Parts: sequence; C-alpha cells; structure tokens
Amino acid sequence: MARYDSLLDACGGTPLVGLPRLSPTVPHGAPPVRLWAKLEDRNPTGSIKDRAALFMVRAAEESGRLRPGDTILEPTSGNTGISLAMVAKLRGYRLVCVMPENVSTERVQLLRMYGAEIIFSPAAGGSNQAVATAKQIAAEHPDWVMLYQYGNDANARAHYETTGPELLHDLPTITHFVAGLGTTGTLMGTGRYLREKVDGIQVVAAEPRYGELVYGLRNIDEGYVPELYDASVLTRRFSVGTRDAVLRTRQLVEVEGIFAGFSTGAILHAALAVAHEAVREGRRADVAFVVADGGWKYLSTGAYGGTLADAEDALEGQLWA
Amino acid sequence: MAIEVRIPTILRSYTGGAKVVEGTGDTLGDLLTDLDARHAGLKARLVTDAGALHRFVNVYVNDEDVRFLGALDAKLNDGDSVTILPAVAGGAFGFAAAAAIAQHGAAAAAARGASVAAR
Repeated sequence: MARYDSLLDACGGTPLVGLPRLSPTVPHGAPPVRLWAKLEDRNPTGSIKDRAALFMVRAAEESGRLRPGDTILEPTSGNTGISLAMVAKLRGYRLVCVMPENVSTERVQLLRMYGAEIIFSPAAGGSNQAVATAKQIAAEHPDWVMLYQYGNDANARAHYETTGPELLHDLPTITHFVAGLGTTGTLMGTGRYLREKVDGIQVVAAEPRYGELVYGLRNIDEGYVPELYDASVLTRRFSVGTRDAVLRTRQLVEVEGIFAGFSTGAILHAALAVAHEAVREGRRADVAFVVADGGWKYLSTGAYGGTLADAEDALEGQLWA
Repeated sequence: MAIEVRIPTILRSYTGGAKVVEGTGDTLGDLLTDLDARHAGLKARLVTDAGALHRFVNVYVNDEDVRFLGALDAKLNDGDSVTILPAVAGGAFGFAAAAAIAQHGAAAAAARGASVAAR
C-alpha cells in the first residue's frame, strides 16, 4: 500500500504483471519465453498519457511558459486530453482541446467533465487537419500555451525518466520492450533508456492499421510524422490491423483477466510475434509490453462481443487506438 | 513468383483503381520497378529522386515496416504481402477515424473550418 500527497503524485509506478497463460510454451529444456504486461491503466485518469501530460506541464512551468491561470491548447481527442484536463485542473490552468467533429460522445463527455473546453476541427482532413487547425488557433491566441505532444521532448522524457527505469527495476532480465506507436513518446523515451542500460534490447513498435478511409489523404506530401520520432531508437515496427487488435484484446481479458483498450491488443499482437520468434530460435526472452488503457472507453463500440468480422465492422471509423 | 501489393486510395490512380496488384522482385526496389512497368508513375510517388523511400510513405512486408528490413533492399519471397500506406499522425486515430466517419460530407466539412463549441 502506498500513500500520496495528491493525485498527481500517484502518477506512474504501475504494476508489471506476468502472463503465464498467454506466454508461449517452450520445448522441454529450452530457455523460458515470458510475457509481462505494464498496467498503465492504473494511472490517475486510467491511461499511460498521464505521465506525458504531467511532464509536459511541469516542463512548461519550469521554463516559465506556463503561469497560473494560463490557457493550454492541445490537439487531441483521446487519452492525452483527459490526462491534460486532470493535470490542468489540479495545477490551475484552463485547457482547450482541438478535435475532429464526430468523435465519440464518451470522449467529449469525459473531457468536459474534467473541465476541458472543446474546439472542433473539420473531420475531413483527419489528424493532420486537427494539428493544422490547432497551429492556426495557436497563432490567433499567442498567449495560449500549446504543449504539442507530437513534438514536445517532455513527452518522451516522461518515459525516459519513469517508464524505462520502472521496467528495468521490475524486470532486470528484459529482452524486448513493445509499445504502441502514436506520438512515439513512449517508445522514444523508454526505448532510449533501455538501450543505454540493456545490451541487445529489442525496442518494438506496434502501429495500428485502420480502415483505408482513414488514410484518404489527397496527397502523399500531406503525410505527417511526429517530430519526436527517431527511427534509430526502434529495432522493429509492426503494422497491426483491426481484426488482430480485437482478437488479442479479447484474448487478454479472456485468458489473463486484463480488460484493455484495442491499442493494447495491437501491442500484444506484436509482443506475441516476437515471443514466438524467440521460441522458434530457442532464445530466452522477457517481453514487456504496455497496457495503454482500460477497455471502458471503448465498450460502446460493441467490438468486445460478437464475431471478429462484426467487431471489425463496428470499429471501421471508430476510435480504437 | 507473385507478390501481392496493397495500394492505398490516394495511389490507385496509378493502378486503374485496383486495391491490390501483383508484381515480382527479389527486393522491394525490384518489385517497385516491376510495378512501375505496368503502372507508370507509381514508383516516383514512393521513392525520392535520391533513391530513398519517401518520408511520408510507409511500406510493410508481411506487416513489418521495411525500413527495419533494409528499406528498398529488403528481401522478398514468393507469397509475401506488401502493404503501402501514407503516414498519418499516430496516437491520434480519433482524428483519422472522424475523417472516415465524415466521408460522405467530406468536401462540405473541409470547407466549414473550425468552429468553437461548448463554452
């Protein structure tokens, strides 16, 4: 049991739990291959994003960019917005989130409940449009502070200073770290730390692959790679489709009792791939992967029940990572 | 020897609208050259003049990013599946998903601009 002075102090320090039932069976006498889940849903607002939000706000305070009563602006429809809203509330800031029209009502309700204000950007341009809109609003309100998680070093540093050391402390024999590739903060920060400390560590990215409409940009040149991304930190990068992500998300709760969101299913899919590869090659492996958030926010998608094909249809155009 | 290649929506103008095409090659570079013979202009959209993969293009062989498998030199085998996707902001699927939901009103939504709500 532990006691903290405030909710903010309770950020991080999440459990790492073994998955004896999902870990692959190895031949008799072969070195063990084990899967470990880092339960980031045990953070104050229920996702790994609390770490980045706290570090980004603190860094802005320390540099003098943020002063009491200031307004924070961030393009997000997901967990980062919820985390920032909580941190902003407790530290005395106003938060404005930019997000596309037509995000799920659960997200909008959660953000407003935590006290965030919302500016909707045209849905048609996808994430690039939301980022562009946020940049434009930032130009119109020069006094608003844009933390910009895709390019904020404090996002990656949160994981370099907390997630990475926690993993190494709890699992000194770690051979693989697997996480989702979004802003890339988790993989860049944790990956850099582990590369410095663990010889031969494999840093593996699981990237969600959505329905094709999501990629309907008008031009390749309108693509977007987060400023934080440094490919040299990764050793491999997997693209995981909706069906595999749903399958693994269900498997995780059915077999190991961990109820997670669909991005975690994508991460588990990649973790299982490297684990089974280690079994085939007769190598020892301790594969730690991130459970990014719980499944609660995705229940209304209906994708936890029915056939996989039904779930795939339900998630076409839904938030799953 | 045939390799299945999934083409993203924005590049289907080069494949006569086909979502999936087939090609051959021992490496990704060879495959793209082979495809370009039948789908002229496709390779130039994926590979820069300097001979590297375009920054905003991701190519996967059997669901693994080729940049970690040798990029254009990545070895291919019969029966491999290659997927080409444009890079979009990760961790922000909400935005991209909303784009998908809004497909029917895309043009109108694009013209509408940002609107402030819920003050």
